[in-house]
Amino acid sequence: MNFYAIRAIYVFEMSRTWRTLMESIASPILTTSLYFIVFGAAIGSRMGDIDGIAYAAFIIPGLLMLSLLGESISNASFGIYFPKFSGTIYEVLSAPVSPLEVVIGYVGAAASKSMIIGALILLTARLFVDYQIMHPAWMVSFLLLTTITFSLFGFIIGLWADDFQKLQIIPMMVITPLTFLGGAFYSINMLPDFWQKVTLFNPVVYLISGLRWSFYGVADVNVGFSLAMILVFMLLCLALVWWIFKTGYRLKT
Amino acid sequence: MEPIISIRNLSKTYASGLCALGNINLDIHQGEIFALLGPNGAGKTTLISIICGLVNSDAGTIRVDGHDVHADYRKVRSLIGLVPQELATATFESVWSTMNFSRGLFGKAPSPAYIEKVLRDLSLWDRRDSRIIALSGGMKRRVLIAKALVHEPQILFLDEPTAGVDVEQRRDMWEMVKKLRSEGVTIILTTHYIEEAEEMADRIAVINDGEIRVVEEKSVLMNKLGKKQLTLTLQHPLTHIPSELGEYSLEILEDGNVLVYTFDTQKEHTGISELLRQLGKLGIDFKDLHSSQSSLEDIFVNLVRK
Repeated sequence: MNFYAIRAIYVFEMSRTWRTLMESIASPILTTSLYFIVFGAAIGSRMGDIDGIAYAAFIIPGLLMLSLLGESISNASFGIYFPKFSGTIYEVLSAPVSPLEVVIGYVGAAASKSMIIGALILLTARLFVDYQIMHPAWMVSFLLLTTITFSLFGFIIGLWADDFQKLQIIPMMVITPLTFLGGAFYSINMLPDFWQKVTLFNPVVYLISGLRWSFYGVADVNVGFSLAMILVFMLLCLALVWWIFKTGYRLKT
Repeated sequence: MEPIISIRNLSKTYASGLCALGNINLDIHQGEIFALLGPNGAGKTTLISIICGLVNSDAGTIRVDGHDVHADYRKVRSLIGLVPQELATATFESVWSTMNFSRGLFGKAPSPAYIEKVLRDLSLWDRRDSRIIALSGGMKRRVLIAKALVHEPQILFLDEPTAGVDVEQRRDMWEMVKKLRSEGVTIILTTHYIEEAEEMADRIAVINDGEIRVVEEKSVLMNKLGKKQLTLTLQHPLTHIPSELGEYSLEILEDGNVLVYTFDTQKEHTGISELLRQLGKLGIDFKDLHSSQSSLEDIFVNLVRK
């Protein structure tokens, strides 16, 4: 293993985060705080409990997931897309590093940044909402698996994209709608039967449900199934990354 | 001695159908400055990109210091430094951090002392904390060279190193390259500047349309393919070349006022003294004469036209 290379990529990517602190960290925290204020403190006080949980507290896992999915994808996709765009990718491709080491460096940095944002969002939420974490170890595990998996997914988007528009299109047109419709703001049990079944095809349902279980011990779907779905998606992403590096797709001519 | 880079039957055709390289065979020796000379689109950058791992080849093998570029890619790549043609830099990073990144990427432990040495050698030490975006084009080029050298490579690829660089900086770069060679680094440069190859290279390969036309020591190449000419400015114009001079390769120029004799530098006897005696006998006087040798540029143009 070329540990120096992993460290170099990781430090380089994290330094970009510290250099753009307002955009990287402050902005997502502010956006999520606005959700807490509007949906939690303002509207939430007029909403009834869901599954015995105050509405303001109920939406925390969903909002956390909404932010982390977007951040993981955008961090990782930009991290690998920008060297492609600027041409500096030549250095990574000509270095004595394996695809695995490149992925650990870029995806590790993107996931780390997302975890930092997640922790800060949770701390910020405490200012507006009273919530509990019933299974903290599982919560951290779910967050880790989710940020790593979606950073991998973002990495793939960054490798695939050949312009800035493509970089944005999947997070905006696919991930955000799936998160909003995946039970971030409601329990899928509140939906009519037909839509409950349709919703089960939305992979984000399993992420939010699993994370909500780690907070409050209630879930829309079985927690073991949620975990399995995340792992399956992670394996799919890993397989796709492996294929991209093996063939040089969008990396080498 | 085994060549440090050995290329056998290498070929590459892009998806567009463009045949960039066709059955290239080439050996590059340790410690030499090797110039790949060719016009734009000849295949120079494709060739070095394949060696460095940036482009996939269709067929053929490449061994670097005895190691296969695919099977032993870690060993091979740690030996190589690459300075790309484009000014591809992490624009928002400082010079210092980008140097640390490059050294780490190539698997070397951090060494502030070595980075300082490289930056000082390239007159970048005073700009170590500057963001790359704030540097001039020449400085960015030097940053790319510094990044390529920071992991202490044995082989340095310079892809069009002086493109867009002013005359003074070009001279500085040539000096730097010669210094690196004196330290034992093998240097492969691609260029379409003839004077660059003529100034620096020990050996030259002329490449065109994806094929290597010739590989020779620079001096041998110039001797073998270079022509020498004797130019005589005549007292009185000639209308035609007298039949007595038929055995000489002569040409009348400038309305008969200039007579040019082309001779082979490889031959033992150039025939100049005999020609001058004949001219005297025929009463053809001249008021000036000078000789000249084909430049590498002339040789290059001839090879590329073939």
